[in-house]
Amino acid sequence: MNEHSETWQPTASLESLRQRAHLLRLIRAFFHARNVLEVDTPLLCGSTATDPYLASLAVLNGDNNGNTKSYLQTSPEFCMKRLLAAGSGCIYQLGKVFRQDEVGRNHNPEFTMLEWYRVGFSLPQLMDETTELVLSLHQAISPQPAPTISHFCYLELFTTHLGLNPHQCKTADLQVCVANHINTYTNSQSPDLERDDCLNLLMSHVIEPKLPRGLVYITEFPIDQAALAVRTTNSNGDSVAARTELYWDGLELANGYQELTNAVELRARFTADINRRVQLGLPELPMPEHLLQAMASGLPECSGIALGVDRLLMRLLAKTHIEETISFPSIHA
Amino acid sequence: MASYSTNEFKSGLKVMLDGDPCSITENEFVKPGKGQAFNRVKLRNLKTGRILEKTFRSGESLESADVIETTLQYLYTDGEFWHFMDPQTFEQIAADEAAVGETIKWLKEEDSYTVTLFNGAPLIVVAANFVELEVTETDPGLKGDTAQGGSKPATLATGAIVRVPLFINTGDILKIDTRTGEYVSRA
Repeated sequence: MNEHSETWQPTASLESLRQRAHLLRLIRAFFHARNVLEVDTPLLCGSTATDPYLASLAVLNGDNNGNTKSYLQTSPEFCMKRLLAAGSGCIYQLGKVFRQDEVGRNHNPEFTMLEWYRVGFSLPQLMDETTELVLSLHQAISPQPAPTISHFCYLELFTTHLGLNPHQCKTADLQVCVANHINTYTNSQSPDLERDDCLNLLMSHVIEPKLPRGLVYITEFPIDQAALAVRTTNSNGDSVAARTELYWDGLELANGYQELTNAVELRARFTADINRRVQLGLPELPMPEHLLQAMASGLPECSGIALGVDRLLMRLLAKTHIEETISFPSIHA
Repeated sequence: MASYSTNEFKSGLKVMLDGDPCSITENEFVKPGKGQAFNRVKLRNLKTGRILEKTFRSGESLESADVIETTLQYLYTDGEFWHFMDPQTFEQIAADEAAVGETIKWLKEEDSYTVTLFNGAPLIVVAANFVELEVTETDPGLKGDTAQGGSKPATLATGAIVRVPLFINTGDILKIDTRTGEYVSRA
């Protein structure tokens, strides 16, 4: 955390804020030139992401007794997909999203997200467009040489660095692998690490430090981490999620899917999430019925990606703390 | 005893880990977009001085450690304990050999030292970065040899032996950097 003499003052320099405004203009110009429509969907909605590890800020709203809850969105995904189902065609949104309790060098609970959906695009096509966007922004803003681009699938990273097939190995093998590589705190009450916890720990502690610099796409995620991506089969015959994560110099920058379009499958995933939240003692969330109805009426085949704009600016301006890219971090807002 | 949750972790916080008091030196929040949040924490074990790295799941907590830093005046040693005094309250506190550690080389009566107390007992005694000590024994100085290199051992009033330039004489007062144990200048 940076030390600032006066907490009323912005944490980003005025020059960084000018560059930020420039960045937002360039992003809008990029999509305008490609006939992608800007949309501006609500941030305060009756349902929200059900992922057990995303905490939505709940707001009492809607009647005088404050009995109705609304949720600040963790991403504009649900409303954007409702627009896609309504026939909007390709759309993008550039705006604020909220994630409770996420505070750190690379996290602020309120941050700016660029999310876009391309109707008829495969995930690799969308990844190519993402690269074009980032490289064009880099060329316009950063004096540094252009970043290199590499692609890895989840399987090859785990086999190369840990000698494990993450799609097929036993959870016990992953737990042993974590114990061998990472000094995790445990006490008598600590529950065992679950499969995804192990995979995420190994990814963040062992693999991420070994990723090359520049833009790195990781694809073909374990099916348990599919979120709202379709499931498919990789060349090894493993069942995987058609999902990608983009890193830039080790910083997680974007997350994209070949989008799930099957409403029955979507309801099953939401139900699993909601049950899991109950198990973990997390706040209960409503079933996102509007999105389910939209998907039942027909979401076109599409790919979508969400990109953290503050983090993008961190890399473009070579800043090491997210506070250096935003006017006022939440703790001083 | 109070406890601190991972979202209260910050550098300087004193916590208990595996029975030892530790000071958090670094705390990084790690949250994969879709995964559980972790805190990667570096801690200094205040007993051993060793730095260790631990990963905590967000929401886990540690008990606080009753650790305070005080400035105390060194009085004397009886051979088993080293006795210090709080200059405000005149309260006396005895530190054992483990707490005094390497600082024994720089202990001069009536000088002030930073003493870290754990549950009221001395855990570590640290000297100021620079101390001034008298040379009690060294080979005779070489007049005029102030520019050229070359050094010799000198024994100081505390018994510490440091390398000093050739022109230093017995009875000189020297400024020593306690972090490196090196001669800095004549005081």
